[in-house]
Amino acid sequence: MKFVDEFREPEVITRTAEEIKRLADPNRHYRIMEVCGGHTHAIYRFGLKDLLPSNIELIHGPGCPVCVLPMGRIDDGLAIAQGPDVIFAAFGDMMRVPGTQGSPLEHKARGMDVRIVYSPSDALKLAQLNPDKHVMFFAIGFETTAPSTALTLMRAKAQGTHNFSVFCNHVTIIPAIRAILDSPDMRLDAFIGPGHVSTVIGCRPYEWIATNENKPVAVSGFEPLDILQSIVMVLRQLKAEEAKIENQYKRVVPWEGNGAALRAMAEVFELRPYFEWRGLGFISQSALRIRDSYAEWDTEKRFEVPGVRVTDPKAAQCGEVLKGVLKPHQCKLFAKECTPEHPIGALMVSSEGSCAAYFNYEHRKTAMVTSIAMPA
Amino acid sequence: MTTAAQGNSVSSPIADVIHSPGKVRFREPQIEMAHGAGGKASRRLVEGLFAPLLFGSSSEPLGDSAYLDFNGTKIAITTDSFVVKPLCFPGGSIGELAVNGTVNDLAVSGARAEAMVVTYVLEAGLPTPVLESEVRAMGNAARRAGIAIAGGDTKVVEHGKADFMYISTTGIGRPLPGLKIDPRSVRPGDKVLLSGPIGDHGITILLARGELDLEADLRSDTRSVFPLVEALTKAAAPGVRWMRDPTRGGVATSLNELARDCGHGIVLTEEVIPVHDAVRGACELLGLDPLHIANEGQFLAVVSPEYADAALNALNLAPGGEDAQIIGVVCEQPAGAVLVTTRYGGSRIVDMLVGDPLPRIC
Repeated sequence: MKFVDEFREPEVITRTAEEIKRLADPNRHYRIMEVCGGHTHAIYRFGLKDLLPSNIELIHGPGCPVCVLPMGRIDDGLAIAQGPDVIFAAFGDMMRVPGTQGSPLEHKARGMDVRIVYSPSDALKLAQLNPDKHVMFFAIGFETTAPSTALTLMRAKAQGTHNFSVFCNHVTIIPAIRAILDSPDMRLDAFIGPGHVSTVIGCRPYEWIATNENKPVAVSGFEPLDILQSIVMVLRQLKAEEAKIENQYKRVVPWEGNGAALRAMAEVFELRPYFEWRGLGFISQSALRIRDSYAEWDTEKRFEVPGVRVTDPKAAQCGEVLKGVLKPHQCKLFAKECTPEHPIGALMVSSEGSCAAYFNYEHRKTAMVTSIAMPA
Repeated sequence: MTTAAQGNSVSSPIADVIHSPGKVRFREPQIEMAHGAGGKASRRLVEGLFAPLLFGSSSEPLGDSAYLDFNGTKIAITTDSFVVKPLCFPGGSIGELAVNGTVNDLAVSGARAEAMVVTYVLEAGLPTPVLESEVRAMGNAARRAGIAIAGGDTKVVEHGKADFMYISTTGIGRPLPGLKIDPRSVRPGDKVLLSGPIGDHGITILLARGELDLEADLRSDTRSVFPLVEALTKAAAPGVRWMRDPTRGGVATSLNELARDCGHGIVLTEEVIPVHDAVRGACELLGLDPLHIANEGQFLAVVSPEYADAALNALNLAPGGEDAQIIGVVCEQPAGAVLVTTRYGGSRIVDMLVGDPLPRIC
């Protein structure tokens, strides 16, 4: 399969893994954060940790849209959908995320009209097919998904579809990275930069990480070879005592980003003064809201939003895991009260959440025997 | 749904788990879609609610069919319901599935399907031509599989209370001689065989729902696997320890159930698992694992090492078994779990399906 198989070629991967071993100084411990949940997922799914020397520690970052959403926002969305004739539409990722009264899927089982959509434009279509209902699209994601929400709102306005609104939970990646770097308990050597976010924003917004913070960044793809190459890139920089932004994901990421997508976002969204992130708390100018010119399609302006604030269960350490301070299995609830089947926090739900990835692919592997004679 | 094997009442680890209070008791407040998805939740429902209340004294691991003993004559019996949407999809339809599904449950339990009865639950407003075409499809599938449809029942529910039609079939079969299927007989060193490419059915259905704007040249793999099971049995019956058709929940769920029932680890080699490119592509795009996707015309077998080559040969020579492969081996570790090794030396645990497979966004 094109664009997949060549990035999973065993020989090249083995060679790259050897290069990593050569570059890594055995007397040094490397802490490299992969910002994006997609990378976390790939690292576990492809078993990449098995290929890395033990002094390279990968720290899972906050780039999982579902994970950083505070529970109160889910409760707010579901509360609005309790109203008569409202359809709650969201991506599959959201469906199992717990609110205080259960996940959207559990609300669906109790009779709420909850639909899984694959893009915001599908939610708009749903509104056109159900003219006597109001379709609320529960929008989540970083800059990756925000442009498609923006384009959908522009289309809704142009078509005059009035039974449609967006509950906007879009967040931006740069303030989250800044919050992590500002966090006193976090020491990092380098970043594997988000791939799909960068298809939209390009590489320039990361430059301060190199110039001000002196940390190397490699914007990376999601195949095994992509991630290993990115590790090579940051190790080379560290060895040369350099810090710059490198674009490993050139086949998809333009240095300047995607102008059309950025313009659509600017047309529809503006920055919120502040927004609450799970685990990271309130971060100023870290999220998007819908401009007044699109107020008619803004759920928060059309409906009474309860504005629920829910603190995470005391024992759950989602925040520490999100910031990379704790590994998933170091959380007190991991694999005990909190499992993919009965998640306490969203990190255990989303396939991009580090807890779910760790639980699904890594947990129980400890007892594994590597030298098993395999069939040819 | 899996049926409990009934027979003697010797104690076994599974029975102990089921009957130890509080351990697997079904505690969830309501039924969710996940309880029907064939993964962990389904298993909890069966083991925690159905099994203790319905098969109280039974002790056998849950299989695809139950064996009944009538004065020395052994008969396999199984039942299955079909609620697929859409009714028709490339490569098959609900009627064909309803026959093949039951034939296959009997086949992988080591039995040749002999007869079945069928129940239709029809929604008022269902166009007669749709019903006729499905009944015809059942007749044809039954003839192809050599099974008699011996009777049936029909119920009609109000419009809006069902998706056009549901079909339930119950079949009986005659055990194939010389086979003894029991997950507890599986030993480290045994080989895991797979009859052909996985994921075709699940991905075909996902695409046929038309919600994804994805197109692919794919067909459901629905078929009777009995001819393949028969070929395998003729060549390697004494070495065949376990079989299962990996329907909902896919290969990963079936093998996790086996790992749990036998207490050993199943180690798979990812590169030899046959998957069509269209299925791989769709799974890559949607963030799904082919090992979790449903099949309707494949089966897994665990065969002792000395019979494994003969078993694979027999499958490869049988029509429709050309792509069969040895995909893994039973190991002592990781006990009770399934591990997949990749071509480049990485490995990962593959768990049962949790909930329904939901595509992810970024």
